[in-house]
Amino acid sequence: MTAVAPALSPSVDALRAAFGSAVLRAAVSCGDSIVWVAADRAHEILAWLKNTPGQTFNYLTDVTAVDYRDPDRPLEVSYQLRSLSRKADLRVKIPLDKAQPLAVDSVVDLWRGADWLEREVFDMFGVTFTGHPDLRRILMWDTYAEGHPLRKDFPLRGNFTRAEQTRQALAANPEAHYSMEELSIADAFNELPEDMKRRLLDGQRGELR
Amino acid sequence: MGLTLPPDGEVTEVPAVSPNWLTTRLDFLVNWGRANSLWPMPFGTACCAIEFMATAAGRFDISRFGMERMSFSPRQADVLICAGRLPFKLAPIIRRVWDQMPQPKWAISMGACASTGGIFDTYAMVQGIDTIIPVDVYVPGCPPRPEGLMYGIMLLQKKIKGETMADPSLRQELLVNEQGFFVPPEKIDEISEPFGNSVHQTRSA
Amino acid sequence: MSTRTVEMALATPGLDERGRPSRLPLSIGQPGDDDMGAEHMLVNIGPQHPATHGVLRLVLELEGETVKRCIPHIGYLHSGFEKLGEYRHYNQIVPLTDRTDYLSPMANNVCLALAAEKLMGIEITERCQVLRVIACEMSRIISHLVWLGTTGIDLGAFTPFLWSFYQRERIYNLQEAWTGARLTTSLTRIGGMMADVPDGWEAGLRDFTATFTRTLDEVDTMFTRNSIWCGRTQGVGVLTAEEAINFSLSGPMLRASGVDYDVRKDRPYLGYETYDFDVPVGEHGDIYDRYRVRLEEMYQSNRILEQALDRLARLKGAPLNTDDHRVILPPKGRAMSDMEAMIHHFKQVMEGIPAPAGEAYLGVENPKGELGYYFVADGTAKPVRWRIRPPSFINLACLPKLCEGALLSDVIAINASVDIVMGEIDR
Ligand code: SF4
Repeated sequence: MTAVAPALSPSVDALRAAFGSAVLRAAVSCGDSIVWVAADRAHEILAWLKNTPGQTFNYLTDVTAVDYRDPDRPLEVSYQLRSLSRKADLRVKIPLDKAQPLAVDSVVDLWRGADWLEREVFDMFGVTFTGHPDLRRILMWDTYAEGHPLRKDFPLRGNFTRAEQTRQALAANPEAHYSMEELSIADAFNELPEDMKRRLLDGQRGELR
Repeated sequence: MGLTLPPDGEVTEVPAVSPNWLTTRLDFLVNWGRANSLWPMPFGTACCAIEFMATAAGRFDISRFGMERMSFSPRQADVLICAGRLPFKLAPIIRRVWDQMPQPKWAISMGACASTGGIFDTYAMVQGIDTIIPVDVYVPGCPPRPEGLMYGIMLLQKKIKGETMADPSLRQELLVNEQGFFVPPEKIDEISEPFGNSVHQTRSA
Repeated sequence: MSTRTVEMALATPGLDERGRPSRLPLSIGQPGDDDMGAEHMLVNIGPQHPATHGVLRLVLELEGETVKRCIPHIGYLHSGFEKLGEYRHYNQIVPLTDRTDYLSPMANNVCLALAAEKLMGIEITERCQVLRVIACEMSRIISHLVWLGTTGIDLGAFTPFLWSFYQRERIYNLQEAWTGARLTTSLTRIGGMMADVPDGWEAGLRDFTATFTRTLDEVDTMFTRNSIWCGRTQGVGVLTAEEAINFSLSGPMLRASGVDYDVRKDRPYLGYETYDFDVPVGEHGDIYDRYRVRLEEMYQSNRILEQALDRLARLKGAPLNTDDHRVILPPKGRAMSDMEAMIHHFKQVMEGIPAPAGEAYLGVENPKGELGYYFVADGTAKPVRWRIRPPSFINLACLPKLCEGALLSDVIAINASVDIVMGEIDR
């Protein structure tokens, strides 16, 4: 066991100086620096971390979420950031109150790599990423009705009986859902930017670039 | 989805032939041909597919069984080898592949996952592909060794060699019921019950 | 409107009764352009297709033979690994890791053990480190060999498949002698290994390292200056360095685009900084460079294996597992004859090893890219969250970008060059 107490990343102090109370708290766990930030300013903070000289967290290692066993504890969306040039890491966590609708701003405009990662979090935890161009289920099929599997209130074997699961699975049409307009997920649709909604409604094709 | 019985009156009953010298010779010839030139449709999904590839490669050489002609189109295939896990999302696809295969056809379920769900007693996994399609031979193992798969193939060949035109019931196509199941729903629930290790996993921490 | 789609049963644009946008035709032509060239076609590849390397489904929108849009659909192999991991003890997760990226099971085992050790603050012995390096590099070789063989088939060359699978069988024999299994190795335990290598095993590996590169030389002769191979791969599926970083790519995909980033060099684990090896970096970011990078990585892995074997010989007889009794089972002989040891053994197996509350992310350089395991612990013996950072999942996400504007036949080559394994993408 190493005796040296690992220090908090210097980026945390810089963040506090720049954003004040939007930085909720910070901690070191097993040598990784973690900083909790408020959901409403998360996008701003992540953009700052990416673009500010001296921070340059240009590489998004991972996006994931954690639902704790304690039902009162907020669900946390976590962004694992890295600066390739500085060889530094930072984990930014956004606590989301489970009593409220789970929503954060998407960071696809900062890192294209966040696209599928956020879709996965949406699929598995039901967190909505506002501004995501193509938010829909990725691992489960679109009409999956049992819920969001990685939530703690979701049983390991699913909510339905095996026979019902089999019936629903066999009823799915393997050829359905071809385009980005298949993104016919109700909640996702309401979260779409206004212009995309309009384009979808009058039948234009969305841009995926 | 799946094939269902046509309405009453459209089914033609073929009278059974009683076995005689001619039919048994013919049976032998037909079965010999069928058993030794099985064209597999490799439905490889996960880790077991890697062992299936190893079986097809130089060392184990599946062509010794007349099976080197992998048929990636179900229309030209005789035996569906489901190598790997089968999640619910894939269930309609294997059913469709199975429906597209012409008779006579057989299915081998390769590996613990395909046969029973294996270690994945989770929300996403079919607990045994026999709830989706009829299976002739189950090959246990996680993954089965190539030798194990070969033994399964030889068992299937044995089964095929036992067919006779005198007994058409051996070759009757299993049809789905109106709910689209080969097995009744209660049976699916029953065979998908947790067992062994999967019960222990769920014991709370 | 001249654009034709193959999809049946299209609804009129608008909302359906549940308030969702009803499905629309894939492409809608500009009013007025009704020449033949503007006809778009929809091609569906997979999920059961030999060239998609598993159960990947690609929906392509074609204009003539040019790909306008590529929409990958994944999840056909989603088995719920991460959920299952929350119901298991840390050591019980090791067998699950075999089955995520099943082309390099031993490297996954090592990553899991390292992540759990980081979480629990456990140091491992030097011999264990060397053996884990050997496991990682053997995995890199067999994984790249599968890539070489299957990509060769995709581009019309069958022979390398037989060569590479012959060499894989040699590693399988070694794996089997060490762990008892060809594929699902479950090699590591927290704080150590499941077993030490058997007697004479090192000689087998030495024999492999001494002769294996001949196969690579043959592949090199056959492919590297082959005009068909070059024609199919050079300048196809190009990604620049900035794009590669923006897409969070890792491993050979990232390095082929010219970014010199390798976890083994940049944040060394297992003492990789003490080994002498080079990291190949491409410059064009096309399929050809990815091929060159992977081929060279196999040579480099071979170099590392040779150095590790030398160290292993030096460390003969050194302890393998840590002496931390919290995590290491008592020797079997004692557990069978000594009451305390038996109780200890029983408790540890039944109750698992509790990890202190906290969280840890650890990434290692897997053959596909950076594999990361992220544990969140709450003080019990089972993780609250076990997250896999799946390199092929993240690498595959750039497929629509790579395929845009390519020819239909190139899609197969591009998809092969990403080196995906569905078990890890879908988990
Ligand atoms: S049986 Fe084992 S090896 Fe085969 S697919 Fe399942 S987990 Fe993989």
